[in-house]
Amino acid sequence: MDIVQDQTAAATVPGASTPAPAGEPAARVVTRDVSVFYGQKQALFDVSIDIPDRSVTSFIGPSGCGKSTFLRCINRMNDTIDGCRVSGIVELDGEDINRPDLDVVELRARVGMVFQKPNPFPKSIYQNVAYGPRIHGMTRNKAELDEIVVTSLKRAGLFEEVKDRLDQPGTGLSGGQQQRLCIARAIATRPEVLLMDEPCSALDPIATAIIEELIDELRENFTIVIVTHSMQQAARVSQKTAFFHLGKLIETGDTEQIFTNPRHEKTQDYITGRFG
Amino acid sequence: MVQHRSEHIVSSYEEELTHLTRHIIEMGGMVEQAINEATSALVRVDHDLAQIVIQNDKDIDKKQRGLDEMAVSMIARRQPMASDLRRIVASIHVATDLERIGDMAKSIARRTLQISDQHISPQLYSGVRHMSDLVLTQVSAALQNVTALEVDEAIRICEKDEEVDALYMSLFREFLTYMMEDPRNITDCTHLLFCAKNLERAGDHATNIVEAAYYIQTGANLIDEIEIRKERR
Repeated sequence: MDIVQDQTAAATVPGASTPAPAGEPAARVVTRDVSVFYGQKQALFDVSIDIPDRSVTSFIGPSGCGKSTFLRCINRMNDTIDGCRVSGIVELDGEDINRPDLDVVELRARVGMVFQKPNPFPKSIYQNVAYGPRIHGMTRNKAELDEIVVTSLKRAGLFEEVKDRLDQPGTGLSGGQQQRLCIARAIATRPEVLLMDEPCSALDPIATAIIEELIDELRENFTIVIVTHSMQQAARVSQKTAFFHLGKLIETGDTEQIFTNPRHEKTQDYITGRFG
Repeated sequence: MVQHRSEHIVSSYEEELTHLTRHIIEMGGMVEQAINEATSALVRVDHDLAQIVIQNDKDIDKKQRGLDEMAVSMIARRQPMASDLRRIVASIHVATDLERIGDMAKSIARRTLQISDQHISPQLYSGVRHMSDLVLTQVSAALQNVTALEVDEAIRICEKDEEVDALYMSLFREFLTYMMEDPRNITDCTHLLFCAKNLERAGDHATNIVEAAYYIQTGANLIDEIEIRKERR
């Protein structure tokens, strides 16, 4: 993947690098003019957004609108796709994450990700959670590792259900439990940002409610970005909502405003289920 | 402010929203008729017509319950968003206001049954008639804004409510004078005064309806808009 750097972009975007208004959480992730190309095809056009710290931001939009592509820009998951090229600026805590000398493995420890389909490793529940802290050398001994595993499972709301079978395979859990295991695994490396790509689309309503409750608790400590096809879910869990359409960021604002009084006609048409 | 120009992908949803608005308009028609007939019954001391108004109010109440059920069902089944959500929630408010205007008409009709003879000056009745006509214009204009908002017109309706209030105050003074002139008029004049008060309240409900219409279309508060315009002047 080529990273095309356009250092002038931020300077040309009004509001770039401006501090958050009083009362608003500071931006943890700042992007300016981010475009993504798959070969010749441009999938994302000049996306500039500030993602606030310790809150949930949801990305909504029809299939193929670029929301997942943009989500993957935040932890350089697009690097893994052949022919994919990203331009523009993505900053995490003011640091350019597309810098060529940046350690991508370390970046992905700081920016965790949870996918649509629960994908636990074919290992024990314990090993699933311990894997990240171990490869990142976050612990000095078994006791510290145990502590991280237990804390992460507790934070993911799974510990009570699995505490007697930590040595059992993670794949033996129910779908909802597997997804919470993946969340425990993602937060075990103590990331700053947690990206969630349709984390509940394969779950039943009860498991979905548990994950949503968990997201609400996690936002006290993490910056969460969630891609969802369920507008009700976006309305329930997020404080900020961004609407994407045909690779462009159409509108971003407080979730309440987006769902009661969107400013852009395309947003209105999409969230009310009308023809665009 | 975004207004929807296109239709829902789910056509039955679109039909339900259209039906909701039609229901409001029908209810509005019933209420306008009730006010008009209640006033006619009063000025002509027509007890038969008054009875009809009282009877018809049950239909208005039924219509309001029907709209409430429709709105609750749509919220439960459709999970409305943005302008649809505003339309459905505000429709509940509009229906409540219309039902209250219907109650005002019923109240006037009930008082008509209490008024026995005609030794009050026809001039006083004409004051009430004039007030009723003004309120009817307000209700009708308010309902038109529910289907198609005209911001300037909406503001004009709100401002015109002051005229209704002023008319009420002037009737109040007239009735008072008349009562002082001849204490035998006190009973009938008091009834008429309450009728005028009912009409004044109906006028207030008309402005509530305009505010709801403004909210449906813009998501904003009409009173705020009026304040902003006043400051600009």
